[in-house]
Amino acid sequence: MPELDYRALGLKVGLEIHQQLATREKLFCACPADLGEEEHDEFERRLRPTRSELGDVDVAALFEWRRGRSYLYEAPTMHSCLVEADEEPPHPINRDAVAIALAIALAAGSWIPGEVYVMRKVVIDGSNTSGFQRTAIVALGGEVEAAGKRVPIETIVVEEDASRKMDEEGRRVRYRLDRLGIPLIEIATGPVIETPEEAREVALAIGRLLRLTGRVRRGLGTIRQDLNVSIRGGAKTEIKGVQRLDLIPKAVHYEVLRQVRLLEIRDELKARGVTGEKVFSSQPVDVTGIFKGTRSKVIRRSLGRGGKVLALKLPLFKGLLGRELMPGRRFGTELADYARFWAGVGGLFHSDELPKYGITGDEVEAVYKALGADPGRDAFVLVADEEEKARRALEVVRERAARALEGVPEETRAANPDGTTRFLRPRPGSARMYPETDIPPLEIDESLLRMAEEIKPEPVEAKMKRLIEDYGLSRELAEQVIGDVRLDLIERLIERHHRELPARVIASLFTVTLRGLRGEGVDIEAIPDSVLEELVGMIAKGEVAKEAAEEILKRAAENPGKTARIIAEELGLGRVTREEAERIVEEIIRENMDKVVERGERARGLIMGRAMARLRGRIEGRIVAQIVEEKLREALRG
Amino acid sequence: MGIGGYPEEVSRFLRSHGLDVGDRVRLHLASGLVLEGVVMPRYSPSTRRVLVLKLRNGYNVGVRIGEISNVERLERVAQESPGAPVPLVEEVSVAEDRRVALIGTGGTIASRVDYETGAVKPSLSQEELVLSVPEAFQYARIDVEELYSILSEDMKPGMWARIAEEAARKLESGYDGVVIAHGTDTMGYTAAALSFAFHKGLPGPIALTGAQRSSDRPSSDAAFNLTAAVLVASKAPFAEVTVVMHGETGDSYALAHRGVRVRKMHTSRRDAFQSINALPLAKVYPQDGRIEIVDPSHRPRGGGLELENGFDERVALIKHFPGATGEIIDLLLDRGFHGIVVEGTGFGHIASDAIGAVRRATEMGVPVVVASQTLFGRVNLNVYSNGRRLLEAGAIPVEDMLPETAYAKLSWVLARTRDLGEVRRLMTTNLAGEISWRHNLRLYPRWRHSA
Repeated sequence: MPELDYRALGLKVGLEIHQQLATREKLFCACPADLGEEEHDEFERRLRPTRSELGDVDVAALFEWRRGRSYLYEAPTMHSCLVEADEEPPHPINRDAVAIALAIALAAGSWIPGEVYVMRKVVIDGSNTSGFQRTAIVALGGEVEAAGKRVPIETIVVEEDASRKMDEEGRRVRYRLDRLGIPLIEIATGPVIETPEEAREVALAIGRLLRLTGRVRRGLGTIRQDLNVSIRGGAKTEIKGVQRLDLIPKAVHYEVLRQVRLLEIRDELKARGVTGEKVFSSQPVDVTGIFKGTRSKVIRRSLGRGGKVLALKLPLFKGLLGRELMPGRRFGTELADYARFWAGVGGLFHSDELPKYGITGDEVEAVYKALGADPGRDAFVLVADEEEKARRALEVVRERAARALEGVPEETRAANPDGTTRFLRPRPGSARMYPETDIPPLEIDESLLRMAEEIKPEPVEAKMKRLIEDYGLSRELAEQVIGDVRLDLIERLIERHHRELPARVIASLFTVTLRGLRGEGVDIEAIPDSVLEELVGMIAKGEVAKEAAEEILKRAAENPGKTARIIAEELGLGRVTREEAERIVEEIIRENMDKVVERGERARGLIMGRAMARLRGRIEGRIVAQIVEEKLREALRG
Repeated sequence: MGIGGYPEEVSRFLRSHGLDVGDRVRLHLASGLVLEGVVMPRYSPSTRRVLVLKLRNGYNVGVRIGEISNVERLERVAQESPGAPVPLVEEVSVAEDRRVALIGTGGTIASRVDYETGAVKPSLSQEELVLSVPEAFQYARIDVEELYSILSEDMKPGMWARIAEEAARKLESGYDGVVIAHGTDTMGYTAAALSFAFHKGLPGPIALTGAQRSSDRPSSDAAFNLTAAVLVASKAPFAEVTVVMHGETGDSYALAHRGVRVRKMHTSRRDAFQSINALPLAKVYPQDGRIEIVDPSHRPRGGGLELENGFDERVALIKHFPGATGEIIDLLLDRGFHGIVVEGTGFGHIASDAIGAVRRATEMGVPVVVASQTLFGRVNLNVYSNGRRLLEAGAIPVEDMLPETAYAKLSWVLARTRDLGEVRRLMTTNLAGEISWRHNLRLYPRWRHSA
């Protein structure tokens, strides 16, 4: 990554951490707060942009509606009901979910209102059957300690998660309703973060605070970070859906880079004397004739369907469309993102990348000529599609190009897996929100606050002290336990089994064995808590040796449906008695008598190796060593 | 209740700080937190000492007034100018060759939300309709008239007569059909009432429609149902009073039900309306303008108009329940009711010791009409001895007629005649498709018996 002086650039980052809460039921109905793969019913709906009192409609939604966008919903029979199907009003808000959020509020010293109001936030991408997300502020203000500073909390919100998007075919998007309504907490920090690394640390600290309640869900997709990033002279960009912590610094860095480059482009355009007027005087020109015999597959396919090729001159933009904003994404990519979003075209070609993609130098030259443009100074953009869509796409491109003169537009962007981002939609103005009048306001009463007190996370230091003093963990191990996603499970197991099994052994099963397996590429997320609980129980009772854990867990990751006991049996890892072990060792010595006679005492390594191959995980290695020692001596004496 | 639906103590607090609903304020709380927002009215009545504030991020929170240490009243910031409403389509194409009159009576379909308070207010205007349901105009030119703006449960038989009169006037003046926007709770009753009023002559369809999700929501069924109703009113081959609503949970098709056969069978689902003891008239596809006839035995368009209007408002609809005696019937008789519909158990029974009250009613010339609370199937008072005694006491069993339809019909009949023999004849004669003599096995819905 190129070096950037973030502080000098005036970088400001705020985080919004979204985390699913571990409640039994969903936020507004009695469905289990869990995903389900069972059979489902299906229904298809459309959503209409509603005209608000303010007179505006969501323009993107309007466009989708005009294009006849529809949504196909899968309603799993055990994980969705009439509420998710938008066929029954929501039930009162889940008090348990509110209590978990209040617990965080108590820990952060936030202000808790007298009444919580559920609001409707309009979202018309189909992910909410109702067309809005139900969301409520549960606390305001407070702070958390992170990255060596006090980070102010702006809001703590409880809201419903959206449906799962399964796929998209043409104008129809398929969603599954199991995730809709799972409670989420959203914690928003003030924009006080000044470096990409600090952003990661703050996210880590808030994630840990959430886990300390023991009441949040784990696994892929259960936590999501949104980042609000701006630099001085730039604009606030909202980056949605960063799922991995280590991606945060990258995403922030790339966004800073993008804004810096966009500001450079702005300055360059001004230096070249480009004005909005000049850009807007440019009109789309039909250049279909030039491409009658083209070798470009994209263009041929579009012409085959009766489409047109339209071109737009961007005066004095030569070289700027190819300017890289972040790895693999150029200014031309931004124009293409806009054209896709607003006009629904598949993409575009721009002159800085041509000739290429089957478009020849002659064709490029002919387009320049048709546009009356100067190949040495001007740039152009080509779109091949239905004429109306292509025209609209170029109008959008022209507008975005003109806005480059102002610098950075306010946008909501989506994170790519490599930390770069792509345009998602324009940043909404003030959120379209109005009260959810189907749900009465919830009074924060004594009983809710008592529930919250019980869930309130214990300060990290207190927990650390307890793990070290009461359970004899080393400071290092205690720290690892506290940082572990399965913290709640580890604590539960230590409390349950520390008398029979040292807490240290239980802790290292997670911090050493599981992490080791992850290092080998084993999908440890797939191992259910129930298997870990059962396994620790079996080790504590002496039913399997702790050495067997690794192999059992590896297999559990591949067979999430199987219990630890069944896996242990399949692997032949049942515990053996000392007598059985003695018999096995005797057998091994008999089979290798020639070598024992030949090497004498030095055959110990060989016998031990063969014995462990059969006994690992079934009896402690220390005992096997004792038996080998004993039996070998006997054999040599005999 | 004082200012903005607040209890007295909160109202006093507001007054003492010179505040009113809609004021922009800065509240300093004891904790040191400062909140800025607009004072909201309460939408749910409560005695809690909490002030509702809309914060700048759009969220509402309730602030305990005891926590407020200082109040600053801010300048009313000029509301951002709303700008012209954006129409849903760039150009509304109107089918000028057909004309449909839309009569508004209120209910969810004709509501607009106040985005500040969330309150839903009934409202239906021509301009509003053009802007928010432009696709309905592809089937006809629509003229809107708001007759009532009431909640469904406030509907009364006297209003049925006004609606009938208005619909007749529209049809007379050349409209191809009439759409009536109605609250869903009692839409079935109104549909049945209009069916009898127009049973002798109706030149075009009267389509009642409503919404199970208010029209302020992106997922509202209002536009779909309204478009389907306009399609029926303008193009359906039948001249029937019909209820047009969602046919299934998805936005695929609507159903046109015969007004005397339809019943709201679910509190909240879009497809709550179903035909009972009958098939619907037609499946209606509002998105592609198709009407698929299901029951071909309908009255064709183009006949004459004959309105027999007027309803008796002194009719009661009651239900027999375990423990019910003749007391309720006696009470109604003493109060001077003109007719009673009883939803009997099963075949149409009421308790042995209530039969005396039925006899008394008959002697007083007050008809007692019997339908069944099972809804499905036909009443039959010949099977058990109590039934036979009920018949002998003068009860009028009405075959497979819905209790609500029986109520609307009795109200209509009693406005024509109080002669018991004539009432009996009319109640047991099929006038508008409310009685049928043949049920095949398919007329009863199949319920699921496994998860």
